[in-house]
Amino acid sequence: MNGSPALALQVGAIGWRSVRRTLRQPATIIPAIAFPIIMLFVTSAGLRASESLPGFPSVSYFDFALVITFMQGAIFATAGAGTDLAADIESGFLDRLALTPMSGAGLVIGQLGGAVVFGVLQATFYLAAGLIGGATIAAGVGGVLMIYAMVIVMAIGFGAIGIAAALRTGSGEAVQGLFPIMFTLLFLSTVNLPLDLIPVDWFRWIATVNPISFLIDAIRSLIITGWEPSVLLVGFAVALGIMVLGVALAAVALRGRLLRT
Amino acid sequence: MTRRRGWTSAVAGIASRQTRVLLKSPALLIPSLLFPMLFFAALAGGLAELARVPGFDYPAGYTSFQFVFVLFQASMFGGVFTGFAAARDFESGFARRLLLAVPHRSAILVGYVVSAMVRAAIIMAFVTVVALLAGLDLIGSPLDVGLLFALALLSNILGSLWALGIALRFRTMNVAPLMQVPFFVLLFLAPVYVPLDLLSGWIREIADVNPVTFLLEAGRALLVGEAGPVGTAWLVILIGGIILGIWSLAALRSAERG
Amino acid sequence: MPAIEVHALTRAFKKGPRAVDGIDLTVDEGEIYGFLGPNGAGKSTTVLMLTTLLPPTSGTALVAGFDVVKDGARVRGAIGAALQEAALDRFLTGWEHVRLQGALHGMSRSDIERRGGELLDRVGMREAASRKVGGYSGGMKRRLDLALALLHRPRVLFLDEPTTGLDPQSRAALWNEVARLSRDEGVTVFLTTQYLEEADALAGRVGIIDHGTIVAEGTPTALKAEIGRASVEIEPHEAARLADLERTLAQFGTAIAAPATGAAIRLDAGVADVAPIVRALDAEGIRIHQLRLREPTLDDVFLEKTGRTLQGSGDSATEGDEA
Repeated sequence: MNGSPALALQVGAIGWRSVRRTLRQPATIIPAIAFPIIMLFVTSAGLRASESLPGFPSVSYFDFALVITFMQGAIFATAGAGTDLAADIESGFLDRLALTPMSGAGLVIGQLGGAVVFGVLQATFYLAAGLIGGATIAAGVGGVLMIYAMVIVMAIGFGAIGIAAALRTGSGEAVQGLFPIMFTLLFLSTVNLPLDLIPVDWFRWIATVNPISFLIDAIRSLIITGWEPSVLLVGFAVALGIMVLGVALAAVALRGRLLRT
Repeated sequence: MTRRRGWTSAVAGIASRQTRVLLKSPALLIPSLLFPMLFFAALAGGLAELARVPGFDYPAGYTSFQFVFVLFQASMFGGVFTGFAAARDFESGFARRLLLAVPHRSAILVGYVVSAMVRAAIIMAFVTVVALLAGLDLIGSPLDVGLLFALALLSNILGSLWALGIALRFRTMNVAPLMQVPFFVLLFLAPVYVPLDLLSGWIREIADVNPVTFLLEAGRALLVGEAGPVGTAWLVILIGGIILGIWSLAALRSAERG
Repeated sequence: MPAIEVHALTRAFKKGPRAVDGIDLTVDEGEIYGFLGPNGAGKSTTVLMLTTLLPPTSGTALVAGFDVVKDGARVRGAIGAALQEAALDRFLTGWEHVRLQGALHGMSRSDIERRGGELLDRVGMREAASRKVGGYSGGMKRRLDLALALLHRPRVLFLDEPTTGLDPQSRAALWNEVARLSRDEGVTVFLTTQYLEEADALAGRVGIIDHGTIVAEGTPTALKAEIGRASVEIEPHEAARLADLERTLAQFGTAIAAPATGAAIRLDAGVADVAPIVRALDAEGIRIHQLRLREPTLDDVFLEKTGRTLQGSGDSATEGDEA
C-alpha cells in the first residue's frame, strides 16, 4: 500500500490533466478566445458615437471597451472549469479519482489549474488584439502585469464558482445555466458606459453595487488612465472576495459530493 | 405515426410537438424570454445616454429605438433556438423517427419553422408588454405598427432556416455556436446602438450593405410612422427566405442520406 | 481472514425503497465472487459501499480487513475498482491515465512506468496507450480500466459489470485475465454481472441479489443442483399432434416456455423420466422429430428464487440514483 502523496503532488497531477484536456479541445478554446475579440471590435465600432457624449473620458471607445474581453474571459473560465468537472461527475471519472488517496482540496485546486492557464492564454490574445486595434495600456508594463494578476485571481474565483455549481448539481447543463446569469451581471454594470453616463436610475443603482463593475473599473483604469490606487485596490479586493467566496462554496459543495468515508 | 398523414397534418404534428416541448420545459422557455429582456435592459437602460449624442434625432426616444432591435433580435433568435431543438432531436434519435415516418419530408422543415414562429410570437408578445411598461412609445399608425410586427415575425423564418440548415447538416448539438455566432455578429454589424448615419469607419461600410440594417431601419421608421426602407426590408425577407430555404432544403437532403 | 466480510449492510436513499436491504456475505481471499442480479437490484450500490464511495445507512463491511466506514482510506489503498462504463477522459492518452492514477496513489515515477508498462502489456494495450482514449473501442476502454484498477497492486478487485456491451471476443479476453489474476496472483475478485454465463464461467461462488436482498448463494454447481430438475423440449414430427404432445407431457412435469413448433416441461422426476416419456409418446403414436434435454442453468435458479427470468426483468430505475 502506498501512502497519501503530498498535496502539491496531487495538485500537480490533477492540474496537469486539467490543462492538457483544456488545450486539447480547440473547439472550446477557439470560440472562447475569438468571440470576445470579435465582439470587442464590433461593439466598439458600433458605440464609437459615445465618444462625443459630454463627460465621456477623453480616450477612444476601443480603449474603453477593451476590458470587456477580460470579463468575458472570466465568464468562460466559470463555465469551462465547471463543465469539465460536471462531465467528470457524469461519466464517473470523479469516482475513479475518489478511489485514490486524492484529497478534496487537491481536486479543487488542481481543477482550477486549467482555468488559470486558460485565463492567462485568453488574456494574452485579448491584449494582443487590443494592441493591434490601437489601444495603449496607460499604466505601462507594470499595468500589463497587474492585468494578468487580476485575470488569474478572477479565473480562480469564477472557476471556483463553476466548480461549486458542478459539485452541487453534477450536471453540465446546470453549469451552462450560469452563463446567462453571468452575462446579465456583466451587462448590468459599467461595461458599456461610465457610471455618470447611465441616466436610468434602477440601472445605475444596480451598476453601482454590481461587483463586476468594480472589476471592470480597476482593469479599465490601468488601460485608460494609468495607476489609480484607490480604484485598483477596491477592484482587487472585490476580485479576492469573489475568489474566497467561490472557493468556500466549492469546499462546501465538495463535502456533499464526495461522500466517501 | 401512420403513413396516411398528409403533409399538412405532419407539419401541424411536428409544430405542435415542438411547441408543447417548449411550453412544458421552463429550462428551454425561460432563457429565450430572459435573453431579450436582458438585452433590452442593457441597451435601453444602460445606453440611454446615447440619445444625447449630437445627431441622434429619433422622435420616440431611446427606449423605443432599442425596442425595435430587441424585437428583431428576439424573433430571429427564436429561430436559432429552434435549430438547437432540431439538433437535439437528431442526437436523441427522435428526428430519425420523423424522417422515417413523414412521407413528404419538407413537412419536417416547415414543421420546425412553424414552431419557431410560435416561439417567436410568444417572445415578441412578452418583450412588447415589458417595453410598454418601460415607456415604449408607439407613434406610428396601427397599420405601420402592424407592419413592424409582421416584419419582425417573418424575420424569424430567416433565423430558423439558417439554424435548421446547420442542424440538419451536422445533426449534433456541438455545432450550436455555428448556428448562433455568425447570426449574432451579423446583427451587431448593423446600426444597433445609434442610427446608421451616426456610424462611421469600417462598420459603416459593412452596415450600409448588411441586410439586417434594412430590417432595423424599416422597423424603426414604421414604429414612428416615418419614411424608411420598408420595401427593401420586405425584399430582404423574400430573397433571404428563398436563399436560406434552398440552403436548408439541401441540408434536409443530406440528413435524408444519413 | 476473509477478504470481504459484510454484515447486515443496508443503504436507503431518501426517496424510494432500500436499494440494499441488510445483506450478509463473505468472500475468501483469492476467490472470485459473482454478484448476480437484474438492473436496479442493488448490485452497484453494494459495490459503491464496499469501495467506500457511498456510506452505508447501517450494517458493517470489512474489506481487506479494514472497516469501510471507519477506515476508508486504508480500504481504498487495498482495493482496485473498475466501475460501470469505464469512466475515462477522452482527451487523455492511455499512458496519461496511468501516470495520473499512479501519481495520485503516491507511486514513484519509475514504479509507475515499470508497473504501468507491465500491465498495459498484459491487457494488450501497450501500443494503443500512446493514443487518446477518445478513439478507443469499448473493449479497449475496459482493458485500460482494468490495468488502471490494478496499478497500485490491490489485493481485492471490484469489477462492476465489466463486460456489459462488449463483443464476445473482448468478453472472453477479459474473462481470461480475471481468472488469471485470481489463479496466479491470488487477487480476490468481487464481480457484479447481469450475465449468467459470466458468473457461471468465472465465479467460484455466486450470490443472487433481487430487490436489495440476497435470495440465493453458493457455487454455481450447488445452486443448480439445488434446483435439481432438468427440462426436456420435444418437437413432434407432425405439427398437428402438438396439442396431443403437450397433453402427454403434462403428466411428467410443468410446462415451460418452448418454441412454437414444440413443447417443453420441467421434469418432476428429473432425467429418469425421459424413457417413460418416450414410451408414452410411442403409445400415443406421436413421432418425435427432435428431443432436447437441458440441465438446469443459473437462469433457472434465478427463476426459481425470484419468480422471474433474469434477462429483461430489470426495471428501468437506475441504481445508485441519489435522492
